[in-house]
Amino acid sequence: MEAVAPHATPATGTLMAGKRGLIMGVANDRSIAWGIARALAAQGAEIAFTYQGETLEKRVRPLVESIGADILLPCDVTDEASIDAAFATLEQRWGRMDFLVHAIGFADKQFLRGRYMDTPREAFLQALDISCYSFVSVGRRAAALMPEGGSLLTLSYLGAERVTPHYNVMGVAKAALEASVRYMAVDVGNQGIRVNAISAGPIKTLAASGIGDFRYILKWNQYNAPLKRNVTIDDVGGAGLYLLSDLGSGVTGEVHHVDCGYHVVGMKAEDAPDISVAP
Amino acid sequence: MSDTAEKVKKIVVEHLGVEEAKVTAEASFIDDLGADSLDTVELVMAFEEAFGVEIPDDAAEKITTVKDAIDYIEAQKAA
Repeated sequence: MEAVAPHATPATGTLMAGKRGLIMGVANDRSIAWGIARALAAQGAEIAFTYQGETLEKRVRPLVESIGADILLPCDVTDEASIDAAFATLEQRWGRMDFLVHAIGFADKQFLRGRYMDTPREAFLQALDISCYSFVSVGRRAAALMPEGGSLLTLSYLGAERVTPHYNVMGVAKAALEASVRYMAVDVGNQGIRVNAISAGPIKTLAASGIGDFRYILKWNQYNAPLKRNVTIDDVGGAGLYLLSDLGSGVTGEVHHVDCGYHVVGMKAEDAPDISVAP
Repeated sequence: MSDTAEKVKKIVVEHLGVEEAKVTAEASFIDDLGADSLDTVELVMAFEEAFGVEIPDDAAEKITTVKDAIDYIEAQKAA
């Protein structure tokens, strides 16, 4: 039996009233970043978005419009000039900002199978560049626009801490990302800027379509997580709201698990059925 | 037309925003219906959800037309 997530409509309120921020990494309405965007918008946040390339722009634009946002900028995080241009526009439009959500990662799908040890240098550097360094790079620029403090948030996965099938070089990139969260938290803590990560359980997003046996991974988590279900983008949205609003004012350098508790489990649940990888 | 075919066509019409008449069995998602590379991934995800089947990567790569999708889903459901 599958347990059901509690709510689908984000709670409305004023927790983010008067706060402005940038969300990077919405691809479509299944994106985790979109779950966070919805939760923030329902609490009065003013949000800007970035996209990479036309294929994503045509997906993101209607979403952005649906919440009445009007800043949608191109940004390629592998290109410093492109990041500079996006932040220059933000500075011009807003002058300052309060939060940043980084939901960007990439690894060549070809190397998300087989042995991690066989990852070629190029694929390793690309995964670390896009999935880890991009947070450092955009975080630095965002922090410069936060004279009154703020909150930076990125997304991680359990594969950063422990070995999970098919995660390979992404797991190593996420480990570096989680370590960056801690170092960045110290770098900007004296400016009242908090830096945290959400380690989300598996969610069927566009990005997850690159990970092999994903349905098996979802089933495994559903059967073995303490809450006996998978997380939704709204679950992550709620936790994102906590970390980005003043509710999380004393929290920094944290990797917060939003995974229905799966990270505490050390062994298959006794009542979990045996499942196989093949459909 | 089978129920599966009806449902597949409906998903394609909704997702790609194309006219129903264009969604023939032989229509190629990319060449005839204007799908981009992400559309094909999203369509496969929508099929998986709607029909409760799993379409692995190697099978998904071979699904290029409406008929390919219908045939694959019907074979899965029969299995």
